[in-house]
Parts: sequence; structure tokens; C-alpha cells
Amino acid sequence: MANPLRAELPFLGREYPKGADYFRDRLRAAFAKNKDVNDPEKIKELISRGGFVVKELEALHYLRKYRALKKRYYETE
Amino acid sequence: MHRSSEVKHVASYLNTRGCECFGQPCESHCPVLTDRTIHVQLKTFIKIRVKPDRTGVVTDGVKHSMNPFCEIAVEEAIKLKEKKLVKEVVAVSCGPQQVQETIRTALAMGADRGIHVEVSGKDYETLGPLQVSKIFAALAKKEQADLIILGKQAIDDDCNQTGQMTAALLDWPQGTFASEMTLEADKLKVVREVDGGLETIKIKLPAVVTADLRLNTPRYATLPNIMKAKKKKIANVKPADLGVDVCSRLEVLKVDEPPQRQAGVKVETVDDLVGKLKEAGRV
Repeated sequence: MANPLRAELPFLGREYPKGADYFRDRLRAAFAKNKDVNDPEKIKELISRGGFVVKELEALHYLRKYRALKKRYYETE
Repeated sequence: MHRSSEVKHVASYLNTRGCECFGQPCESHCPVLTDRTIHVQLKTFIKIRVKPDRTGVVTDGVKHSMNPFCEIAVEEAIKLKEKKLVKEVVAVSCGPQQVQETIRTALAMGADRGIHVEVSGKDYETLGPLQVSKIFAALAKKEQADLIILGKQAIDDDCNQTGQMTAALLDWPQGTFASEMTLEADKLKVVREVDGGLETIKIKLPAVVTADLRLNTPRYATLPNIMKAKKKKIANVKPADLGVDVCSRLEVLKVDEPPQRQAGVKVETVDDLVGKLKEAGRV
């Protein structure tokens, strides 16, 4: 079953602050840990969790940028 | 519902250049060449190093990405298109081959097509706001754009000039440091972030708008969108084709690192502190 998360997560992880390698290793471990899960309910749950991580990464990515710019260009009280 | 026939064409000019490092704070800004439309910037969170000959900053091997303010500009253009207020969003960038990647990011965010103005080598190193705005002005006329949106400044050179110069060259009104913009009939209402607070102005189209941080939250170009963007066209243009001379009138004399932060001195009591301040002539 083709899982779009398999492409999306590593792609997002390349900008991870602790390092792309760190993210990649943790991601691989997470996928490996769950590779034997067969229950469709559980699979759905894991996929939705993956989707949640994708959204989180996007939000954090933007937040970091926003904070960096705010700190650099705008006077903070 | 605004008439979509009013604004035919939005050219979103993004500057490609600057730093986009996430991770370690940037000690200084790296002067990366700005491409007119898309500012490609050096990674904002990389450690910037001045070149040994002090003519600039090390850019070899540094990954460039879109200027954050320009991302906001692209987002605004795409939002206008989604509201069906504009027909087409064109992303433009000036620079060498690598800026195509940044144009692709803009296409992935939702721009319809891209224009890559090829500037490379020595010309690219000396490319600055004046040449870029000349290129933009020429392109705006050629493409018959009704609205130009760009980032307020590039985070590598912090010039904050391109938008203003472009408006001047075209004799178009400008809404700079926009934190909000609304299309009202044939006028553009722009709320500007100024030192004293917020200023609201109404300008006629065609116009130039420069995006400030709080204009919007740019969307992330997801992988499927990047794949789809590969089908969109990026036209290749040379500055000479537009009748623009990219020769710089400026010469960089010297680039220095910011002074090293001196170590602080610890004092035991308030009297010690006052004493030290007096010594330093501060009190």
C-alpha cells in the first residue's frame, strides 16, 4: 500500500534543527518498529499520527523562521 | 465579490538571496545576490564567514533559498489568486542556474509560471537593487503586470530598495511594509507598518507592494506540490533582452566581521558595579 507519508516525512525532515541525520535515524526507527502491525485500525491510527507529525513539522518550520526574523528585524520590548 | 477582470496579472517578484538558516543564529548577514523576483538567500541559520580577501562573504557551497519576506509576498499573490481577484501569478527571479530551484518553490506554492532572468558570474556578484528594479520595471511593462509584490528587503543585504526603486522607475504608486492589503474595486488598500504604528493608504493600480512580516503566513511547499510544479513553465530571459545594463555603479571596498563580543566582567557588590562604571567613564 503506497503511503504518501513515506516520501513526505523525510522531505520535511531535511530542515530539522537537530540535523537531518538525527531526524532520518529516528524516522527509520519509528517505521521499523511498526512494520509488523497488521490491524487496519492500528494502521489508520499510525498514519493519522504521521499526518499530525507532518503538520507539526510545517508549523515549527515556519515558527522558527518567523521568530528569527522577528528577533532580527523588530525591536522587542 | 470583486470583479476578477480588474487585475489581470500579478507578477510576484521574489528575491532570492539571503540567509535562511534554521539552527544557529546568523552572526552577520551574508550578501547573497538578490534575484529580483525571488530572493534566494543563503541558509539563514548557517555560520557566515567573511572571505579572506574581505571582498564579501563565503557563498560557495552554501545552500540558497527564498528570502523569507519574498515567501510572504508569494503567499499574498497566491491568496489573491485563490480569491479569484487576479488571473495569473508569475514568479520572477534573477541570478544563475540555481535560482531555478527557488522559482520552483514559488511554483509549488501556487504560482502559475516563472521567469528566470539569467545573471551569472561577476554580474551576479555585483547585482543590486538598482539593476534588479530596472529588470523588474522592464518585465512589468513587457508582461503588462498590474501588481508587483515583493519582500520588503532581502535578509542578506537588507537594502530595502528594490520595491521602492521599481515603483519609481515605473511611476507606479507603492505600498511598502504592507501588513495587510485588500483589493477594493480598482484601488488597493494597504495597511503599512511604520515607526509610529500603522498607516492605511489607498493606492491605484497598477502598483508595487512590499511585504512585511505580518502580512500572512506563507504555506509550506509540500512534496506533492513540488512534483506538480515541475510541469509548470519557467521562461528564460537575459537582461540584455530587456534592454537593461546590469553593470553596477557600486564597488564594495571592504567587508568585515562584526566586532567580537568582549567577555563580561563579574562584580560582587553594587558598589563594585558603580566603581567599574565610573572607571569606564559611563557614570
